[in-house]
Amino acid sequence: MIEARSLEKSFGAQKILDGVSFRIENGESVAIIGRSGSGKSVLLKHLIGLLQPDAGEVLIDGENIVGMNERQLLRVRRKFGMVFQGAALFDSMTVAENVAFALRRKKKFTEAEITRRVTFALEVVDLPGTENKNPAELSGGMRKRVGLARAIIYEPQIVLYDEPTTGLDPIVSDSIDKLIIRVRDHLKVTSIVVTHDMRTARRVGNRVLMLHDKKIYASGAPEEFFASQDPVVRQFVDGVADKKVI
Amino acid sequence: MPIVILRATMNFFANKRVAYVLTELGQIALLTREVIASALTFKVAWRDLLYQIYFIGIKSQSVVIVTGAFTGMVLGAQTYFQFHKVKMDTATLAVVSVSMCSELGPVLTALMVAGRVGAAIAAELGTMRVTEQIDALRTLATHPVDYLVVPRLIAAQIALPLLTVESVVVGIGASYLVGVHILGIEPTYLWVNMLKYTHDVDLAMGLVKSFIYGGIIALIGCYKGMTCGLGAEGVGRATTEAVVYSSITILITNFFLTLLMGKLVGQL
Repeated sequence: MIEARSLEKSFGAQKILDGVSFRIENGESVAIIGRSGSGKSVLLKHLIGLLQPDAGEVLIDGENIVGMNERQLLRVRRKFGMVFQGAALFDSMTVAENVAFALRRKKKFTEAEITRRVTFALEVVDLPGTENKNPAELSGGMRKRVGLARAIIYEPQIVLYDEPTTGLDPIVSDSIDKLIIRVRDHLKVTSIVVTHDMRTARRVGNRVLMLHDKKIYASGAPEEFFASQDPVVRQFVDGVADKKVI
Repeated sequence: MPIVILRATMNFFANKRVAYVLTELGQIALLTREVIASALTFKVAWRDLLYQIYFIGIKSQSVVIVTGAFTGMVLGAQTYFQFHKVKMDTATLAVVSVSMCSELGPVLTALMVAGRVGAAIAAELGTMRVTEQIDALRTLATHPVDYLVVPRLIAAQIALPLLTVESVVVGIGASYLVGVHILGIEPTYLWVNMLKYTHDVDLAMGLVKSFIYGGIIALIGCYKGMTCGLGAEGVGRATTEAVVYSSITILITNFFLTLLMGKLVGQL
């Protein structure tokens, strides 16, 4: 279970989060949507302790991770896998070395077991046979899939996705959406997907949270959320620019 | 009135600068504490450590050898020009040897390695930070200090003394060749005087210094890389600052180390 309580965060004079609270149950799949720059990625990074809030609490299975030092956080982070917006693959390593990274660090597995698991993880993300490629040789979509394989190979309880389909064409986006759903259903993980792609939010979330004006503005099941007549939700869902923007 | 405003503005910027320097020093101290704690718990990845020794040590040899050779030759020639006036030609290599062992060898080697390796460390870690690879490490339950800083620090502290010895040996050898074959100094007395006036403590002083400089180069390079600003500009600035700060720190530290160790071995 993940719970955020009254999170506040500022960078310099700019307030990004101002009293954000929500709760996500085990096994749930939640899409967090909001406009670019609304603080979605900042919020996601608070959930795994990559950023510390100015005020508020983040509870992971009832344990408050705010104020923990980096070593204490390592223990909590073993429950998480995270897929970054730019994939964040280690460019000095091959695909196989990237995917095997967490297993090698645990030092519990034989090389044969690691190879078997890497091959399986790459098959899950539809990238068999790419073990020896370098990240620089991969397209944006392939990099995100490798990032996903790296995040799920050690079977985490929670997977965080930061803008998984941003910058990808509709067909690759569709395949990434299906992959997120496959991982969610097969591995029974809790998924939190930060996105501003309405199609992704509609498909992968059991619940949609909308971050607006530094707070959680709206929350609900996808059908209910996308049928909302609230003007702010409607404007975002329909993709209508403000007059002042035009 | 304008003077009051000018003074207030200068005070503001001076205070800001002092606060910045103190913050940086404090953060490097915290990083050092974290590194020592990590190194003492033996969380080092041996494969990474060996690679770093190769990168910092083996790959820096050419630059260190060239620096050592030409410094030794110039120092030998200049010393000869002065000593020749007072008929002390055969003491030339002794001066070169003591200077190279305790001062020039460790300092020049460290400055060259700071330029090559300190910059590379800051650029590599800075790029990793900008592309979220350091955050990715943290999400994979890996402490960046264990994985990135400790292997580089230990490797630099192993490699620097070895590179210093190499630089000293090449410098003395080059100076000997210049003295004997170009300046025409009598070789036997040149060599005997060098052995007579160069003591173990001179070399030990150089080795201790180079061990400390290895730590300075790795720590400042890693710190600057891991805290660099965003974008290409941030990486560029971190790289420049890593080289400048390590070089200045080495030169300042050298003065105090010389005084301290001189006191310890009774030269003061």
